[in-house]
Amino acid sequence: MTTALPRVDVAPAASAKRRRRAPGWLAVVPLLAFTAIAFGLPALAMLNGAFTVKDQATGAASYSGANLSTSLQGAYLTALLGSVKLSAVSAAIATVGGLLLAQAVVTSRFRVLREAVLTASGVLANFGGVPLAFAFVATLGNSGVLTGRLSLKDAGWDLYSFWGLTLVYLYFLVPLMVLTITPALEGLRSQWREAAQNNGATHVQYWRHVALPVLTPSLLGGFVLLFGSAFAAYATAAAMVGSTVPLITLQIADALSGNVLVGQENVALALSLDMVVVAGLVMAVYLPLQRRSSRWLA
Amino acid sequence: MARLTSSRMRVRPGRAVVLAAAAVYFLVPLAASVVFSVDSGGHVTFEAYSQIVGADGFTASLLLSLELAATTIALVLLLMVPAMVALRLGAPKLRSVVAVVCSLPLVVPPIAFVAGISTVLKWGPEYLSRTPLFQTIVAIQNENYPFVLVLAYVVMALPFVYQALDAGLRAIDVRTLVEAARSCGASWPQALVRAVLPNLRGALLNASFLTLALVLGEFTVAHLLGYEPFAVWIVDISGAQAQMSVAVSVLSLLVTWVLLLALAAVGGRRAPSRTAA
Repeated sequence: MTTALPRVDVAPAASAKRRRRAPGWLAVVPLLAFTAIAFGLPALAMLNGAFTVKDQATGAASYSGANLSTSLQGAYLTALLGSVKLSAVSAAIATVGGLLLAQAVVTSRFRVLREAVLTASGVLANFGGVPLAFAFVATLGNSGVLTGRLSLKDAGWDLYSFWGLTLVYLYFLVPLMVLTITPALEGLRSQWREAAQNNGATHVQYWRHVALPVLTPSLLGGFVLLFGSAFAAYATAAAMVGSTVPLITLQIADALSGNVLVGQENVALALSLDMVVVAGLVMAVYLPLQRRSSRWLA
Repeated sequence: MARLTSSRMRVRPGRAVVLAAAAVYFLVPLAASVVFSVDSGGHVTFEAYSQIVGADGFTASLLLSLELAATTIALVLLLMVPAMVALRLGAPKLRSVVAVVCSLPLVVPPIAFVAGISTVLKWGPEYLSRTPLFQTIVAIQNENYPFVLVLAYVVMALPFVYQALDAGLRAIDVRTLVEAARSCGASWPQALVRAVLPNLRGALLNASFLTLALVLGEFTVAHLLGYEPFAVWIVDISGAQAQMSVAVSVLSLLVTWVLLLALAAVGGRRAPSRTAA
C-alpha cells in the first residue's frame, strides 16, 4: 500500500485503479455473501417450492406448474384480485389526496406548518402495521369511540370491509405520497407559472398544460410505489379484519400455517411467486418513471 | 404583481379545506385512541397505561424486540458501511451490482420472503439432519434469541440503509477525506473510523433509526415464524385486553415520533440536501 503512494503523481488513473480494486472487493464480499445466504437462499427455495408438487401418498416430488395454476384459481384468484383492487383504489385516492395536501403545504407561507407536515408524514408513512390497525379499531371499530357516538352502525358502516380497509390504508399511503411528490412540487419553478400568466393563461390552464405534464411521471411513479406498498401490507389487515376481506397476503399466511388444508405450503410459495411478479412489475414501471421525473428536479 | 397576489388569494380557501380535512383525518384516530384507552364506562381511568409495565409478556417481548433491533442495526451497518465507502473509492462495476442487490428486497414482499425462509428452515429436519448445518439451523431458531429474525430484518433493512448511506456519502468527498487521512499515516480502518464516519453521522443516524422503526414494528415475519416480539405481543393481548393494546399502540406512536424529532434535530440541521431522501 505504502509503496503505491509515490506513484500517484506519475500515473494517477492507472495506479489508483490497481490500488483500490483490492479493498473494494474485500469490503463488498461480506455484503454479497450475506445477501446470497439470507436472501438468495429463501428466494430460490420459494422458486423451487412453487414449481414442486409433492405426492401426499408416496412423498415423491416432481416439478410442475400445478401449484401456480392452483394459485390462480378459485379462492386464491379472488384474493389476488381483491388485493389488486384494494391496492389500486387506495393508491389512486392517496395519490390525489397526497398531491392536494402536498401542494397546500408547499405553497404555504408558514415554514413551521411545512416542516410539521413533512416530519409527521415521515412518521405516519412508517406507521403502518399493528398500531395503525388498533388506532382505527378504537376509533371506528364495532365498539369504537366514533362508531358509538355517531351511531355509524345504523348508517351501515363496517370497518372490517373493503372500504374500511381502504380508509385505514390511506393513513400511511397519503403521507407516503406527500413525501414522494413534495420534491417534484418544489421543482415547479415559479417562473413557469409567471410565464404562463403573462401569456394570459388561467389558473386551470396553467395546471392543465404546464404543471400536470411536468408532474405526470412523479405522480405515476408515486401511484405505483403506493400500489406496491398497499399490495405488500399484511400486518394491518391481519390484525384488523382477520379474513373477512379476501387478500392474497392473508391467503399466504393461512396456507403457510396450514390453517386451511394440510400440504398447501407449496401453494403458499406459488402465491408468493405471484406477489413477487406483481411487485417486480411495479418496480419495473416505477424506476424509469422516477428517473424521468428526476430530470425536472435538478 | 397584482395578478399574482390575486391568484394566490383565490387559492387560499381551497387550501384551508384541504388542510382541515387532513387534520381531521389524521388527528381524529389518534385522539379517539386516547379516549378509547382511558374511557371506562364514562369515567376517565389510566389503568390501561399503568398496567402495561406489569402485563404478562410485555417486558420479555419489548426486550426481545430491542435486542433484535440492536443486533440488526450493528450487523447491517457493519456490512453496508465498509462496502459503500469502498464503492465510492472505486470499483464502478460493483456499484451497480450492490445497488441492484440492495433494492431486490423491495421486490419480495415480507410475506413472500417469510414463506421462503420457512421453507429453508424446514430443510433442516428434512435433508440435513446428519450434517453440522442442522445444528446451525437449530441454533438460529433459538426461542430466546431467534437469530433468524436478525437475518431477515437485515435483508429487509438493506434498501433503506442503502438509500440513507448513499445520500450521506453523496454529500461528502470520500476520496479526499480518505486520501488526506492516509497521507497523514492513518491505516485503512483508522481512515474509515476517524475521517469518514464522523462526516456520515447524520446518514448513520438516519439508517439506524429507520432500521429501529422497522424492527420494532415488524409483525409479519416474526408472527409467521412463531416468535413473539413487541408487535406480535400487542396483537396477542388485543383479544383479552383491547384497551391495553390500544394504549400500547398510542405509546409506540409517541415513541416513534420523539425518536424521529430527535433525529431531525441532530441530523437534519447540518445537511439540507439530505432531507429529500
